Amino acid sequence: MSRTYTIKDALLENRIFLGRIVFAFTAMLLLTGALVARLIYLQIVGHEHYSTMAKDNRIRISPLPPTRGIIYDRHGNILAENQPSYSLELTPEQIPDMQETLQRLQKLLDIPDEKIEQFLVLQKRHKHFTSTPLLLRLSDQEVARFAVVRPYFPGVDIHARLVRHYPYAELTSHVIGYVGRINEQELKSLPVAEYRGTHHVGKTGIEKTYETDLHGQAGYAEIETNAQARPINTLTEVHPVPGANIYLTLDIDLQNTAYQALDNYNGAVVAIQVKTGEVLVLVSRPGFDPNPFVYGISRKVYRELQESDNQPLFNRALRGQYPPGSTIKPFIALAGLEYKVTDFYHKLYCPGYYQLPNVSHKYRDWKKWGHGPVDMNDAIVQSCDVYFYDLALTLGIDRLHEFLNKFGFGKKTGIDIAGEKAGLLPSREWKQRRRKQPWYPGETLITGIGQGFTQVTPLQLARATAILANNGEVVTPFLADRIIHANFAVSGPRKAPRNLHLKPENLENIINAMINVVHGARGTARRIGKDIPYQIAGKTGTAQVFSVKQEENYNADEIAQKLRDHALFIAFAPAADPEIAVAVIVENGGHGGSVAAPIAAKVIKQYLQKQPES
Amino acid sequence: MKTETRSEQLQPPSLLGNLLRKLHIDIPLLTCILLITSLSMVILYSAGGQDTGILLRQATRLGVALLLMTLLAQVDPYQFQRLSLLLYSLGILLLLAVLVMGQIGKCAQRWLDLGFFRFQPSEMIKITTPMMIAWYLAEHSLPPKWRELAIAAVLIILPTLLIAKQPDLGTALLVASSGAAVLFFAGISWRFLISTGLVLASLTPVLWHFMRDYQKARVLTLLNPEADPMGKGYHIIQSKIAIGSGGIYGKGWLGSTQAKLDFLPESSTDFIFAVFAEEFGLTGCLGLLLLYLLLISRCLYIAVQAQDTYSRLLAGSLTFTFFVYLFVNIGMVIGILPVVGVPLPLISYGGTSMVTLLAGFGILMSIHTHKKLLPT
Repeated sequence: MSRTYTIKDALLENRIFLGRIVFAFTAMLLLTGALVARLIYLQIVGHEHYSTMAKDNRIRISPLPPTRGIIYDRHGNILAENQPSYSLELTPEQIPDMQETLQRLQKLLDIPDEKIEQFLVLQKRHKHFTSTPLLLRLSDQEVARFAVVRPYFPGVDIHARLVRHYPYAELTSHVIGYVGRINEQELKSLPVAEYRGTHHVGKTGIEKTYETDLHGQAGYAEIETNAQARPINTLTEVHPVPGANIYLTLDIDLQNTAYQALDNYNGAVVAIQVKTGEVLVLVSRPGFDPNPFVYGISRKVYRELQESDNQPLFNRALRGQYPPGSTIKPFIALAGLEYKVTDFYHKLYCPGYYQLPNVSHKYRDWKKWGHGPVDMNDAIVQSCDVYFYDLALTLGIDRLHEFLNKFGFGKKTGIDIAGEKAGLLPSREWKQRRRKQPWYPGETLITGIGQGFTQVTPLQLARATAILANNGEVVTPFLADRIIHANFAVSGPRKAPRNLHLKPENLENIINAMINVVHGARGTARRIGKDIPYQIAGKTGTAQVFSVKQEENYNADEIAQKLRDHALFIAFAPAADPEIAVAVIVENGGHGGSVAAPIAAKVIKQYLQKQPES
Repeated sequence: MKTETRSEQLQPPSLLGNLLRKLHIDIPLLTCILLITSLSMVILYSAGGQDTGILLRQATRLGVALLLMTLLAQVDPYQFQRLSLLLYSLGILLLLAVLVMGQIGKCAQRWLDLGFFRFQPSEMIKITTPMMIAWYLAEHSLPPKWRELAIAAVLIILPTLLIAKQPDLGTALLVASSGAAVLFFAGISWRFLISTGLVLASLTPVLWHFMRDYQKARVLTLLNPEADPMGKGYHIIQSKIAIGSGGIYGKGWLGSTQAKLDFLPESSTDFIFAVFAEEFGLTGCLGLLLLYLLLISRCLYIAVQAQDTYSRLLAGSLTFTFFVYLFVNIGMVIGILPVVGVPLPLISYGGTSMVTLLAGFGILMSIHTHKKLLPT
């Protein structure tokens, strides 16, 4: 206790402190007095007033949810709308015995246990006096069956609600996405006042990205009710502001063509308007019907979707990451010209394989006996691997990475729907970081033919093609064209293009070679080049499937199917003044020229035929 | 020693009393706490929709908080004084950690996830800030000089800003007032107090400028709740209806229609006073306020009886903060203060504030029960 009390005036301190305590206590008493005064005001003076408000004429503020905006394609076809639908709703406050009521309803309408469970969870979240839906989308028969016995079910009612409907179902599932019931987590982040009375929220795709626009603003009505909480009279009403209608850049007919063209294959087709970045087609096949998600998908159906070998819930166009195969070659050729490590006419002899100095391993060409002497044009047209092994090695991985990166490989394109994958563009630094290994020259070789570590999404591929077609103008793909609010409209997320400043003659050479892929006598996609009034520039690709889950109970045919190569094709047209760029990936399709190219050709043909009208 | 034996003789010797005294528990204070928390259970049962699960959870939290209080009461106040700087710095570091992690998580974050439980550094700050200021001022002679005032101001403003940035206006307010209370009890001149008050009042427009939109909205709502009855005004209108309809004697226990019909939001947490007022009326409210005042008086008595400057300042400040809690919450519920997220002390459902408050009482008990003979 050898504290420094000596230099302090303990007595003064004591006196001051005591004074302050007395003052503080007096202040607290006075402030408490203020609270009491207010309480007296509320509970004695205002008692009558507030009692009436609470008891006799309860004024209930009832939310008026806004109608959700409609989603159209570029020609005004409805892709997502609101349909009236009858639902069976329960108001817990008015139900004498919930358990018993539910049992009787279950017997009457054949409700699965699962729905009852869902309802009970939902009901806990809702207020006692608000109605909570038990069954959505009642059939006419169900409505009739209940209407007869309605008097025996106090607190149970049939409501007409607007329910989201997607007329094109699986065709647009990976673009529009879907709305679903608001879950616990979303409840916390959504603005409470705006979502009182709203049961659904955008979960994926456009529905999610543009949720705030599509939702609109909630209104409310002040409703006078009697003691049993039955509405008597509406006092004031503030109308909701409906959500914005959104016009997409998507062309649903073209989308349909692409989807049908994929036939029974799994795969993706993306088409972009070259000059603007407008996404015309974004197909991932198989899609799924999003409508059941709106009114609550049953666990069984959901599990089936999840466990299906074809992975219908997987958005291949956005999230599928594939080796680009030979479709990467035009870009690598362009890199060779831009970095001036070779020229367009330089010839190389292709014996059918390539060897690194002092290494015995032979890197094979797809053509066993070789292409003979090839220049860059031949190498692209015939897709000679040896030429690109050599070019890639000369360029080196650093320059390859730098150049391909400019075309958007290895990073997200920035499209306005969530969930996009970035793909993978390998580099020395990446390998050291992720694999703790140095980069090997052999890996540069296979990067040159689009194998190895490189992975691209169909969207990335289409966009890179658009950049090529657009003289090196980098456009950002987008889907929302116009967002039309009740009293104003805005346009979608257009980003100003950025120019890569490529040399015009280099681009011209590469594009000519790509034209020869489709229209040349030895082009790998020559069968689609016949009898069309315009020129298509394209490049085929075939990607080896490396990882296949070999489960033992697959039968032999299926293994063969699963092991088959992915077929790829990129193209733009008309080559002279490009308007549309397309990327097609057909999983296990075999050869790019025979399977993927015709799909792209169909899309291009239909688009260019339609063009004059707009 | 003489005084102690005499007081023992005055009270009937009881086993429980002896045990509590051995445990450094202050019996009057404990009695007040237990009375108020019992009321909390009664009203929670009604406000929470007669769910015993809620009661059980709250009782568990109370148990934990009482344990912490008892533990802190064992510590010699000199130890608190010694550790003030360390605890304060630790608190600031944790606040920074939360802020950085919140930035990564891109959302308002107030707690650190320690795996087995979530810890809110801002709660700890509510106690360590007054400790720090009390320690700092006690090192110098009182009343504080300009230099000390300036440094103390920085020490208060730093955690306040960090918490306000989370953003948690209610807690920031409590921390700032706990620090300011120490200064007040240390005896800063009235002239200074009044002029600071005036300066702060004139700074209100500036503060307004820095407030977030939702905070502005709360203030505007207070001034005119009917302007937005669906959104932000809803709370205040509904809680006024609940309180007003309670009248003098209330509607009786479990008789609150407003909370039961879910008109009243957050009826178990921040707005529980409205349920209390509806069910027990004005008489109940007066009784509750009286209990609170009794508790506060006991705490102030402890502060006055404290032997050294540090203990005195800390005790005074902790008591003052408790009152601020009380006043801000009830003021908000009865519609004379803006809606700030401050719970009704010892009654609202929730563990964090309960633990902090009882920790504060633990320190008060420690101050009161570890008296040393001083040369007079």
